[in-house]
Amino acid sequence: MIRLSYLSNTNVPLEAECITPDLFLGKSNADIAKLTVFDGNRKCELGQFFSISGTMDDDSILIENDCSNVKLIGSRMTRGKIEVLGNVGMHLGAGIKGGSILVRGSATDWVGAEMKGGTIEILGDAGHLIGAAYRGASVGMRGGNLIVHGSCGNEVGSHMRRGLIAIGKNVGDFVGMGMIAGTIITAGSVGIRAGAEMKRGTLVFLSEKPALLPTFRFSCNYNPSFLTIYFNKLKQFNFPLLTPTDTTWSRYCGDLISLGRGEILCKA
Amino acid sequence: MISNTEAPSFVFQGVKIIDTFAEAFPITGTRVIVTAVSKEWAFIAATTSTGYASSVIGCDTEAGIERELSPDETPDGRPGFSLLFFAFSREALQKAIVARVGQSILTCPTTACYNGVAIDPTRAIQIGGMLRFFGDGYQTSKLLDGKRYWRIPVMDGEFVCEDKFGTVKGVAGGNILILATTQAFALQAASRGVAAARKVPDVILPFPGGVVRSGSKVGSKYKKLKASTNEAYCPTLRAIAASQLDPNVSAVYEIVIDGFSREAVEAAMKNALHAACGEGVECISAGNYGGKLGPVHIRLSSLIS
Repeated sequence: MIRLSYLSNTNVPLEAECITPDLFLGKSNADIAKLTVFDGNRKCELGQFFSISGTMDDDSILIENDCSNVKLIGSRMTRGKIEVLGNVGMHLGAGIKGGSILVRGSATDWVGAEMKGGTIEILGDAGHLIGAAYRGASVGMRGGNLIVHGSCGNEVGSHMRRGLIAIGKNVGDFVGMGMIAGTIITAGSVGIRAGAEMKRGTLVFLSEKPALLPTFRFSCNYNPSFLTIYFNKLKQFNFPLLTPTDTTWSRYCGDLISLGRGEILCKA
Repeated sequence: MISNTEAPSFVFQGVKIIDTFAEAFPITGTRVIVTAVSKEWAFIAATTSTGYASSVIGCDTEAGIERELSPDETPDGRPGFSLLFFAFSREALQKAIVARVGQSILTCPTTACYNGVAIDPTRAIQIGGMLRFFGDGYQTSKLLDGKRYWRIPVMDGEFVCEDKFGTVKGVAGGNILILATTQAFALQAASRGVAAARKVPDVILPFPGGVVRSGSKVGSKYKKLKASTNEAYCPTLRAIAASQLDPNVSAVYEIVIDGFSREAVEAAMKNALHAACGEGVECISAGNYGGKLGPVHIRLSSLIS
């Protein structure tokens, strides 16, 4: 395991998209220290901001200290594991294709934006637009699992195409906005306009039913057996939302202003 | 033909065991997990979907219930049963299962259907992916950890069926023949054998109750028939046909076993043979065609240790 200890306390965001198992693999610690990062708009070396120890023998990276200002950790990684012992900055795991990221603190915006695979788990909170499409892009998250045990901001899973997002506490407004497919499960309260313009996909709300847009229409109360498959998956993450298999759910179809093949499932 | 009276034999638990072999053959198989809101409905789906599936001589598949599954063993946390299906090719297996799931499980209240075998993409068969068209465009799917689940709207909610099922190269046609002095003793012995064989995982006994009373031979005097009664084991014909039966044998039952591996079939045959030995059983033998039908030969003597 490579151990990175963040040493800087600058207020300028550090863009460190080089912190991935893919780029560390086969390099000595001296070579890893020379990888490029951007301190604001200034091109620097990773070693100027992190102390580096250990080896990449098990394809994993451990990051210590508060990295709230460090962006793009694990972005586009395809393999291995990253564990962060503190908070992390924006764009964590953006475009990730494989491997796993575990954050024992909180993250901010754009976690797993346009991710294609792998798993991101955050034990604390996350910001806005997690698993979302970047502005101007048509498709957000395209696969993988994005698990946040705390709360999230607005536009969670915006335009996501595939994959699973699970939120342990509250989400802000416009969750699943423009969703193309995929599944979002939330355990806490939900902001306004959930599922706005969603075409397909599933929003599962485990707490009180939020005020839904008028373009979502009630279909029925029933017992969707596929949900248990998702809940069993979330048990792997000690997710505190599991409900009995005989729970009855209300199904709302929408957004009828769009394709209308999406669904919102709330406890009946 | 050497009769069972004259054939080499040995004694095990007081029963004569003919020193012969069961002739089995390779076959393609898969496991289907069917669940429902209750064990009763899951059982109805399990029995109807594996009905009329005793022998590939006359059925599209050989199938049976492997075992009951508790809710914590099924993908959706409901009661279920694991079913094994066998056919000569993956194409035939897919065709048979699509038809059977479509007619007997999709139609059954509250059921769902899942793959129970590790998937090798090059050897998978498509089940949910074929049945989804019943949804007439309203079907949706969920993809989780590389597995796709089709959700087909039906009148009590939705039918969930996994897209692809894995297949394995298994063995069909493992068997023992129980020769007894009366029909009652033969049936008791066969029932004991069936119960013991069913304790082995990865096997099914595809015939009714696990027991066959109509042992067959290849061919017939009638050209259209692929198989016909094996007169050598029919006690009513002992006086007029070349018989394999000792004079005091009045009934014969066969236990046929299909499994995911030779080892599993052997273990089930061993259990069946050991359990079948008892009061009224004169002899235990095995069905074969002189080695001309199948390459898997399981000797009864190897089951005694």
